Amino acid sequence: MYNFDFEKPSTIADAVSALGTEDAQALAGGQTLLPTMKQRLASPSKLVSLNGIAEMQGICTGDDGALCIGGATTHADVAAGAGAYPGLAGLAAGIGDPAVRARGTIGGSLANNDPSACYPAGALASGATLVTNAREIAADDYFQGMFTTALDEGEILTEVRFPVPEASNYQKFEQPASRFALVGVFVAKFADGVRVAVTGASEEGVFRWTEAETALSGNFSAEAIADMAPGSDGMISDLHGTAAYRAHLVGVLTRRAVTAAG
Amino acid sequence: MSQVTMTVNGKEMSGAAEGRTLLSQFLRETLGLTGTHVGCDTSQCGACVVHVDGVAIKACTMLALEAEGASVDTIEGQAAPDGTLNALQQAFQDHHGLQCGFCTPGMIMSAADLLKNNPQPTEAEVRHHLEGNICRCTGYHNIVKAILAASGQDVSSIAAE
Amino acid sequence: MPKDNGIGASPKRREDVRFLSGTGNYTDDIQVNGQAYVHFLRSDIAHAKINGIDLDAASAMPGVIKIFTGADFEGVGGIPCGWQITDRHGEPMQEPAHPVLAQGKVRYVGDQIAAVVAESVEQARDAAEAIEVDLEELPAVVDMKAALADGATKVHDDLTSNLCYDWGFVEENKPAVDAAFEAAAHVTTLELRNNRLVANPMEPRVAIGDFNRATGDSTLYTTSQNPHVIRLLMGAFVLGIPEHKLRVVAPDVGGGFGTKIFHYAEEAFCTFAAKSLNRAVKWTSTRSEAFISDAHGRDHVTKIELALDAENNFTAVRTDTHANMGAYLSTFAPSVPTWLHGTLMAGNYKTPLIYVNVKAVFTNTVPVDAYRGAGRPEATFQLERVVDKAARELGVDPIALRRQNFITEFPYATPVAVEYDTGDYHGTMDALENMADISGFEARRKASEARGKLRGFGVNCYIEACGIAPSNLVGQLGARAGLYESATVRVNATGGLVVMTGSHSHGQGHETSFPQVIAEMIGIDESMVEIVHGDTANTPMGMGTYGSRSIAVGGSAMVRATEKIIAKAKKIAAHLMEAADADIELKDGAFSVAGTDKSVAWGDVTLAAYVPHNYPLEDIEPGLEETAFYDPANFTYPSGAYACEVEVDPETGKVTIEAFNAADDFGNIINPMIVDGQVHGGIGQGIGQALLENAAYDENGQLLSASYMDYAMPRASDVPFYGVDHSSQTPCTHNPLGVKGCGEAGAIGSPPAVINAVVDALRSGGHDIHHIDMPVSPSRVWQAMNG
Repeated sequence: MYNFDFEKPSTIADAVSALGTEDAQALAGGQTLLPTMKQRLASPSKLVSLNGIAEMQGICTGDDGALCIGGATTHADVAAGAGAYPGLAGLAAGIGDPAVRARGTIGGSLANNDPSACYPAGALASGATLVTNAREIAADDYFQGMFTTALDEGEILTEVRFPVPEASNYQKFEQPASRFALVGVFVAKFADGVRVAVTGASEEGVFRWTEAETALSGNFSAEAIADMAPGSDGMISDLHGTAAYRAHLVGVLTRRAVTAAG
Repeated sequence: MSQVTMTVNGKEMSGAAEGRTLLSQFLRETLGLTGTHVGCDTSQCGACVVHVDGVAIKACTMLALEAEGASVDTIEGQAAPDGTLNALQQAFQDHHGLQCGFCTPGMIMSAADLLKNNPQPTEAEVRHHLEGNICRCTGYHNIVKAILAASGQDVSSIAAE
Repeated sequence: MPKDNGIGASPKRREDVRFLSGTGNYTDDIQVNGQAYVHFLRSDIAHAKINGIDLDAASAMPGVIKIFTGADFEGVGGIPCGWQITDRHGEPMQEPAHPVLAQGKVRYVGDQIAAVVAESVEQARDAAEAIEVDLEELPAVVDMKAALADGATKVHDDLTSNLCYDWGFVEENKPAVDAAFEAAAHVTTLELRNNRLVANPMEPRVAIGDFNRATGDSTLYTTSQNPHVIRLLMGAFVLGIPEHKLRVVAPDVGGGFGTKIFHYAEEAFCTFAAKSLNRAVKWTSTRSEAFISDAHGRDHVTKIELALDAENNFTAVRTDTHANMGAYLSTFAPSVPTWLHGTLMAGNYKTPLIYVNVKAVFTNTVPVDAYRGAGRPEATFQLERVVDKAARELGVDPIALRRQNFITEFPYATPVAVEYDTGDYHGTMDALENMADISGFEARRKASEARGKLRGFGVNCYIEACGIAPSNLVGQLGARAGLYESATVRVNATGGLVVMTGSHSHGQGHETSFPQVIAEMIGIDESMVEIVHGDTANTPMGMGTYGSRSIAVGGSAMVRATEKIIAKAKKIAAHLMEAADADIELKDGAFSVAGTDKSVAWGDVTLAAYVPHNYPLEDIEPGLEETAFYDPANFTYPSGAYACEVEVDPETGKVTIEAFNAADDFGNIINPMIVDGQVHGGIGQGIGQALLENAAYDENGQLLSASYMDYAMPRASDVPFYGVDHSSQTPCTHNPLGVKGCGEAGAIGSPPAVINAVVDALRSGGHDIHHIDMPVSPSRVWQAMNG
């Protein structure tokens, strides 16, 4: 790694101020950032750890019934503490491995927006609100393509608010080496309709499969989307699967998620 | 360089670390605790697993400075002071759960983390829990068997030693 | 009741205590006073001309001690190749120069351009980024058949082409083989690829060079399976250091699987730089670096044909293989597709006529060499896949077809130059059938189908050749090394023994199993025997551990040395008891005079040897220490039968291993626990090859799976508990222990069982599929099912 300065503030305000330095970067769980830095693919001048900020930790239920998760809450804590939203807890429980889940955080994952990460599918399918030190961003506006989000430089994802659906499920088909999602599909059924978000498949990063949403909003069953799959244009094609295979998996996993959501 | 202090295997220890010094590096090179191994650079093999404040993490993917004030447990602290292996370590020896020994510290630390939270795991739970620990020697057979045995379960019906 | 001491017992491994408590001593754990660190600047282009290297900026970077390039190694030897193949026309193989640091050209992604020695690893890396290299990119040669096409870009400009050799075996048999195919009632043909693998021992390679200016002695600490081989190759062929001034230490080594056999440039560099700088120089590979610098394995493309007569007897086998050598010849690379592959093409079958053609090809990829099994997995895979396909084409049971063609009489001289001494192929197949519950398979298949899954059963046999030997024969075959093993047995005055062996343990448990043999021979407790290995300073010249040779060759050397010890001890005992040498018997750690109640304890005799007051000094020397070198008369031939049961998810193509059973014949077994563990590990790697692992290059010579993010290692959840059975034991007839070797069997025997099972599953789902190349990843299976 290139060397950098390190700060570990205890308030969001101090973190924002620490991030004011040129090329400073926030350090969440570090489970993606540190390996990236080992490859010397990132060279921040300063890392500002968000792991000492108590106000960014933990899970609570908001007045509107939404599940509010602090940006620095680990995957393990979400898996254990998001019982009110089983689909999301299940998603968190399947990220990486136990040691990665013990360090990696929801905020870190969503800020990075890896095209194969799980949380972007959960947040987008839930219609979550991403709260930063400066504003609130709707999930539909937040994800802007592979590794790209609406966050400005130095902006910290402090909390994520998840409306809790009536039924939900996340199906992840693992890429056999990295164990990231080769394809992951999150299905969330709300009173006013179904949202389906897909990760791992598209070159544009996480996306909503609106065709399936429409079909499932009318009839929430696997049969409603039998034989349905998105087009393979724009799907990722690599060593682990062709675009056509990924598109096919989106259909399969969506059906499985609907069935599992019940 | 900053000075970092942590409690390692019950003893307070400190040393100098740069921002980029990883916890694994600090343990191995600064504190001389070379039982924690580094087998990859993408946070997957798990040879470096230690416990920080009671939770298993990958020491190669945590900055040493992040462990300031933390309680860190490593493979060196698992046996009794007189060298007697703990029950999990002993089960690994009894059931030939290691060959070259390189992944073993991480396996032990991960398995200890599992058994702490799930004292009687099923075979599937053991295998799932080892998702982030790669062994190239054993084919996992005797590792899984040793962990089941350490949890007090009867492993005599599992084929072969 | 099982034994608790000696041969056949399964004592707990004594090495485990240090590994379990974090007190092992692996090479990276060693810190030499004042050590500097080296970082290698490696090419990120597969093939390029080096027009210039500007070190000015880099040399001025903080902490930089010196930056070396190829120019610093002019006049220094290149990395040698340890095996020369003679081609089918009687010509020697083409053998390119292999400089320690690239000279003139880089030839694969990972080739070393420069080496930066600095005060810290990170400083070395910082400086390496400041080196300005002017590379002129050349077309990369990646595909083997394209590499042999007329006009193909040459990897080595001074060679006539990219063909290393064109080997025919047995060349004189070719007309008869061709005639047998003309006359065949049925011919089954299969084209397949044996996927390129990365060995991935969990400990990455490390080298530390040290130099003592006062004595002129060099020391290399290295992650090696064979320190003496490194000392010889590096000392004699690269750096010109005589053995008595060069010590090579391979302490605890975290797995090898073949890739730590070879002499690597990094070892030579660290040793050279330490002397040049008068300072220890350490290199620790990262995992990502290992992917582009450790020798890879496998990577054969083969067409195999099997001829059968009207009664389904195998009449001939003919193969055509392209074997990838990569950009340079790694230490034993040329032997792998030839003598370790062609000689195994008879398998377990009495096929009378066999012809093997192998074209070894240079490409702009990482060098390829032996990986667990080395040639034998490639042979087994093609043979057992084509036999399975033949059974399907002929509508006969795959097990019955195999049994019908089994070799049943031993010794058996194959048409591919080797003679199997013993074996019982029906015996291992019987054991397998008992384990695998074949009669219950249809019910299990129906249960799977009820859950929407396809279930398949696959079986195969294997024959393996361990402990390659004898030295005079392998010399004729092109080996530039002997293949004996050595042991010095030192008995101390109070009766304890130390065995200094040339074998090297990097997971095999020699510290536990070797003492079992001596304990059995003398009748003492194993705890009285200690094993020393891994340091050329205190062990006799030995060839190390690979090719499943340790107990068969190294163990035999130890037996021979111990026999000398016992013979001498009997003379001393005879003197002490005033009896004739011939009347002395050794049992349970005591010498007695036959037919009397006279006896002296082992310890009394050993004490007399070192305190020779009452001692036949006129007849024998004091002391009790003997050395033996053992050169085997033949290979050993373990064999077995493996079965795999898989489930395929037809919607996703994902294959899961539902059951895996292995019946092996390893001859006599010293430590059943360790032997089972070796088989488990081999099966795990074989399943990895079959389902997951793939070192894939793109057309520009970039390695696509260059880290654990893309190279899929088998995890605990990818494999089941394995069934293993070693009840079938036909002892080797030509070594003193009757042992055969067990280290590679699992990796040799398992891939075809998996693929046979997957093909069976898919066919049961109505898919007319005869083969899918490894790894059978979900996407490949889905592709195969969906045309």
